[in-house]
Amino acid sequence: MSVIYLLISISIFVAVAFFIAFVIAVKSGQYDDDYTPSVRVLFDDELKKVKSEKLKKLSDYKKTSDS
Amino acid sequence: MSYFTPYSFKSFALGKTSKVMDTQNCFHCGLDIVAEAEIIFDEKTFCCNGCKTVYEIFSLNDLTSYYDFEKSPGATPQESKNKYDFLENVAIVSKLLEFEEDSTAIISLNIPHIHCSSCIWILENLQRLQRGISISQVNFIDKKVRITYNPKEVSLSKIVHLLNSIGYEPYISLENYETSRQKVDRSLTYKLGVAFFCFGNIMLLSFPEYFEVKEFWLDNYKPFFRWLIFMLALPSFFYSASGYYVSAYKSIKSGMLNIDIPIALGIIVMFIRSLVDILFDYGPGFFDSLASLVFFMLLGKMFQIKTYSFLSFERDFKSYFPVAVTRINANDCEESVAIYDVQKGDRLLIRNQELIPVDGILISEKAAIDYSFVTGEAIPINKNSGDKIFAGGKQIGKIIEMEVLFSVSQSYLTQLWSNDVFQKKVKQKHKSITDQISRYFTPILLLIAFVGFSYWIFRDTNTAFNVFTAVLIVACPCALALTAPFTLGNVLRILGKQNMYLKNALVIEQFAQVDTLVFDKTGTITTNEKSNIFYEGKPLSETNLIRISSLLRASNHPLSRMLYDFLPQKGKIKIQDFKELTGQGIQAKVEDDFIKIGSILFLGNTQKSMLLQTAIHIQINNEYYGKYVFKNQYREGLAELFKSLKNNYQIKVLSGDNAGEKEALEQLLPQGTELIFNQKPEQKLEFIKQLQDAGKNVMMVGDGLNDAGALAQSNVGISISENVNIFSPACDAILEASQFKKLHYFLRLSNKSMLVIKMSFGLSLLYNIVGLAFAVTGNLEPLVAAIIMPLSTITIVGFVTIMSNYYARKLGVRIKKLEVRS
Repeated sequence: MSVIYLLISISIFVAVAFFIAFVIAVKSGQYDDDYTPSVRVLFDDELKKVKSEKLKKLSDYKKTSDS
Repeated sequence: MSYFTPYSFKSFALGKTSKVMDTQNCFHCGLDIVAEAEIIFDEKTFCCNGCKTVYEIFSLNDLTSYYDFEKSPGATPQESKNKYDFLENVAIVSKLLEFEEDSTAIISLNIPHIHCSSCIWILENLQRLQRGISISQVNFIDKKVRITYNPKEVSLSKIVHLLNSIGYEPYISLENYETSRQKVDRSLTYKLGVAFFCFGNIMLLSFPEYFEVKEFWLDNYKPFFRWLIFMLALPSFFYSASGYYVSAYKSIKSGMLNIDIPIALGIIVMFIRSLVDILFDYGPGFFDSLASLVFFMLLGKMFQIKTYSFLSFERDFKSYFPVAVTRINANDCEESVAIYDVQKGDRLLIRNQELIPVDGILISEKAAIDYSFVTGEAIPINKNSGDKIFAGGKQIGKIIEMEVLFSVSQSYLTQLWSNDVFQKKVKQKHKSITDQISRYFTPILLLIAFVGFSYWIFRDTNTAFNVFTAVLIVACPCALALTAPFTLGNVLRILGKQNMYLKNALVIEQFAQVDTLVFDKTGTITTNEKSNIFYEGKPLSETNLIRISSLLRASNHPLSRMLYDFLPQKGKIKIQDFKELTGQGIQAKVEDDFIKIGSILFLGNTQKSMLLQTAIHIQINNEYYGKYVFKNQYREGLAELFKSLKNNYQIKVLSGDNAGEKEALEQLLPQGTELIFNQKPEQKLEFIKQLQDAGKNVMMVGDGLNDAGALAQSNVGISISENVNIFSPACDAILEASQFKKLHYFLRLSNKSMLVIKMSFGLSLLYNIVGLAFAVTGNLEPLVAAIIMPLSTITIVGFVTIMSNYYARKLGVRIKKLEVRS
């Protein structure tokens, strides 16, 4: 039954490893803000490709408004 | 976190529907569009050029998704010319930066406009707008954005200008300057983590003991398990719980018995008893209970802190002050200097909307200074060359020059806030309900422990010690200590959702004790925005009205804007020879007529009798026509609110104005409401003091500016604000002006939450009695303790959360019914 020493020490070792991971996570500031990431994760790559004609229209507009 | 509206989910769920054009509101900022000013660009409508420009910037950079998350999320960019010149000063910039190295710099900027997921999105995509920015990260709760950039490619002032140009003007104040490199305190997170780690593992290892299986090998390994548990309990006991020992020690030292004393006592006794137990092989000890206790207590603390940090209230005058000012050097060149470097005799340049940082003498010919920040007077005061101007005023209009009389630290505003009255009472004038209970709790607990001890000592010494420690362990007021934070924290959250922000949970308890309500008049029960305007004098023809309105359109003075909005005729006639004399009036030639609009003195009339009112006078071609008088507009729902408050509270209204509105007020408010006029700020304070000396518990409701002293003096001070980002440092709570009519609801809810706390105290005492019954009879097994303690904690937390939500809903329904009926 002395295998229990081995098992317990392994489980403690695993627990300590997780604990260290936790400390590192806190240190890096992951727990400072717990709201923004929940929004951030829902953003896709939202970049809109403005169609070339639209771009042209915009730059035309700019030209006229500049002059 | 549930106290934010889940904007993102809403808009995601709806899909990208916000493309629907809205002819009424600006596509960018959502404000109503004045028909003449409407700008149509790219099939969207905008209220002004500023908003259009922001849209243009975004669309040219493929960032129009900004408008998809939230409808009209933007803000109109403000004029920032020269405003951030001080960011060219290297010394100032390096003070503001969080980190600085050759090619990397990090700055944290406070941006009050951050309010939705669109904001997060655009601010985290800054690198697409500006080369040199590598990462930008938003902290929504703190309303901050942390930008990492390359100072070789882009300067801080350029970034700030960029933010400003897209409507996210950062707020850089003296506070940032002094505490830019503050460390974030994460110790509670660590403590909680450690406590959870210990708690979880100890629980797991305690299972064999719980079931008491008489098995050979389990008995064999008992010592091993016990010592392992002991080892695991050490960090929880020494590190996680350390805050309680410190707090208990402090409270003993100051002679006040708070709830942390029995907690600390319980934990320590529990630890020693358990150690003795396993040393002499009496039993498994109470390490499991200890670890669970520490964990749940810290969890409660964490909840409390998270609730408060969103409200982040603690600001002092420093956060209102600019970091730097523009100094004019001997050879007439301008230079930005840090505010602490300003010396007596320096010449400073103050721009439109800038705060005057120090007392000084006006050099420029004329200035209009808005002292609303210090005195509460909304109408600017005129100063002439050579007049003394005081720190805290805001310059309105064109650039002025001034000579400094003192260096910053001696200045008027600093003194104002270091004045005794404005020092928020250092010693707490109010004992929290938990502290009140714990004053009795600790002595009674010790009494029971000693009685039990002396009863058993003559029978069995061993049991006597067991009983003594068991009493202290089981009566550990964990549930008691968690009741108030959870109830009040939850109520705080509920109030926060309805735009009532409290400084801390104690304020709720104070609300519940209030018996007298004192209201300030101007800005509190009247609105600043909509004034009731009426005309007195010779009738004006349609053409004249159109001409007047055309002239008003050119002026930026608040009264002109108000009158322009008020007049139904909107003139767009071209005007000539326009002249605006700051603080006096405007004049111009409109078609054939020469129109002068402004104060009575401006028109060359010296009748002083009319100065009692706020009015604009009209003169056309040297003929005096009449005046527009601005009357106070009372807040919506005022009469109903006072009527319902009347039954439970004494109501008084204080006003700094003359008694001109007396009759109107008497009609509006229920009988018996005391009205007192012509009160200076000091008198208001004195008035509150007298009420308190007469044994009243006074709540002061004011606008937080000219009644700051009274707010601080009162037992609870609420400041009513149109914009919750701006508030007075003296108040205990901020109420958004639109929610004013709900005041009675808030008071009722506070009363109910105190009831919830009392019920929950009763419940936790019940648990304590059961536990104590086990303890004094000498039957407290570790297993019993391990069941009773977490069970009581969890039921208490569940009970108070459900009950406070229930009351909030019930009272809320009543409010809605009332609204429907009226």
